[in-house]
Amino acid sequence: MDCNRKITAFLIVAMALLAGSWGASPAAAQKVKSVILATTTSTQDTGLLDVLIPIFEKKTGFMVKTIAVGSGQAMAMGRKGEADVLLVHSPDDEKAFMKAGFGARRRLVMHNDFIIVGPAADPAKIKGTKKSADALKKIAKSESLFVSRGDNSGTHAKEKNLWKAAAVKAEGQKWYQQTGLGMGQTLAVAAEKKGYTLADRGTYLALKKKLGLDILVEGDAKLLNIYHVIELNGKKFPKVNVAGGTAFADFMVAKETQKIIKTFGVEKFGSPLFFPDAGKRVESLGK
Amino acid sequence: MGIFLDGIWQAFYLLVTLDPEVLRITLLSLQISGSATLISMLLGISSGTAVALAEFPGKRVVISLINTGMGLPPVVVGLFVTMFLWRNGPFGFLEILYTPVAMVIAQAVIAVPIVTGITIAAMQNLPPNLRLQILSLGATRIQMVWILMKEARLPLLAAVMAGFGGVISEVGASIMVGGNIKGFTRVLTTATVMETGKGNFELAIALGIILLLLAFLITGVLTIIQQREKRR
Repeated sequence: MDCNRKITAFLIVAMALLAGSWGASPAAAQKVKSVILATTTSTQDTGLLDVLIPIFEKKTGFMVKTIAVGSGQAMAMGRKGEADVLLVHSPDDEKAFMKAGFGARRRLVMHNDFIIVGPAADPAKIKGTKKSADALKKIAKSESLFVSRGDNSGTHAKEKNLWKAAAVKAEGQKWYQQTGLGMGQTLAVAAEKKGYTLADRGTYLALKKKLGLDILVEGDAKLLNIYHVIELNGKKFPKVNVAGGTAFADFMVAKETQKIIKTFGVEKFGSPLFFPDAGKRVESLGK
Repeated sequence: MGIFLDGIWQAFYLLVTLDPEVLRITLLSLQISGSATLISMLLGISSGTAVALAEFPGKRVVISLINTGMGLPPVVVGLFVTMFLWRNGPFGFLEILYTPVAMVIAQAVIAVPIVTGITIAAMQNLPPNLRLQILSLGATRIQMVWILMKEARLPLLAAVMAGFGGVISEVGASIMVGGNIKGFTRVLTTATVMETGKGNFELAIALGIILLLLAFLITGVLTIIQQREKRR
């Protein structure tokens, strides 16, 4: 029965290796206090967090657990006390979130803007339209394909507001499709199907080369994309890591961090992806 | 086609240069899925053998439930495990959500029914008289079970391979309970999803190819052990 011996030997070796690996690696990181950061996909997909988080971890000794979901889901996690700090871009929902007492403090971090992108052929002839509402009306009128995130993310919330402002009921229309995916994938779907979509400039720039979608509408004040950092309310959620959440929020608005945000992406994409705004008032943006 | 070739080229490049990030992700995949497979092997083979050999009312119902479990959707498992492990959930005090341990648990939940189901089929496939024969030769019950398991070792190895294949390639549960945290819970499948989202299709394909290679290597070793025995 030497085959049995071989199987046994294989199992023992496998077990020993696995046990050794658990002793050696990431389990050790557990002893470090961790901060759960619930955030939108755009901060991860652009690569901004890959730059910022190692700096934060080195400085404070906290370990950051980034959960990149849509802003909607990030705030849902916050409402359950399942995150320590949020970095989100859905201002209306954020205000409701603060009003309900889930957050302790909400601070402005940065902004960029949303753009309406679409195929170069531009079947709805929206290129150069100044007002986003007019552009959406044209898309609806010509029944050109519009690809929506449809995932309750910050971008989706913004898009719903824009349709409302344009007085168009897009949902349920044949030319209106929802992906339920992140920004990067939704852009890829729009590119593949030659449809229009609303995107944050950061993700668009990061993916631009592979897409073949053009910026058709930009610069409308309604298209501002504003990111806030929200610390969770420790009084409401005793299990929340308040010290860690506050440290991260402080870090995001600190001078050095803001400087990094300002230059992030310039080298790679030729223009910054985000504009730092710490300490400014929301009303002053985009002017 | 260009992207695909670039992907193969990049996979080759990442492997040859032993890219530290890719290496870490690969080892973590192996560690997590290996542990989950080991757990599912211990639980699955023992409970599968027990169900196959014992006679009890409702046995068919139990077996069909297990067979249904073989197709458990990983995202559903991920959702349940996440809710159990939430800070404010029943097992929140363990503080293991978004850690490799949570991923092992979720993957084990996925793999156990697979291993159990195939084990049941393997044990039931043995000649029915074999048990009587062994017992009549004076073996104890424990000895009998052991001999039967030895007799069924080829399909049992197949069960382990199926379990491993199920979890190493799984992404839905891993991303939910692990969170795809860089250097901590990022494994090959979750990294592939993220790189696809970032539009780095070449890198995503490269990671996919490394995943395939890894699965091929592990199941290859098991298959060699299995087939060598068969020849005799």
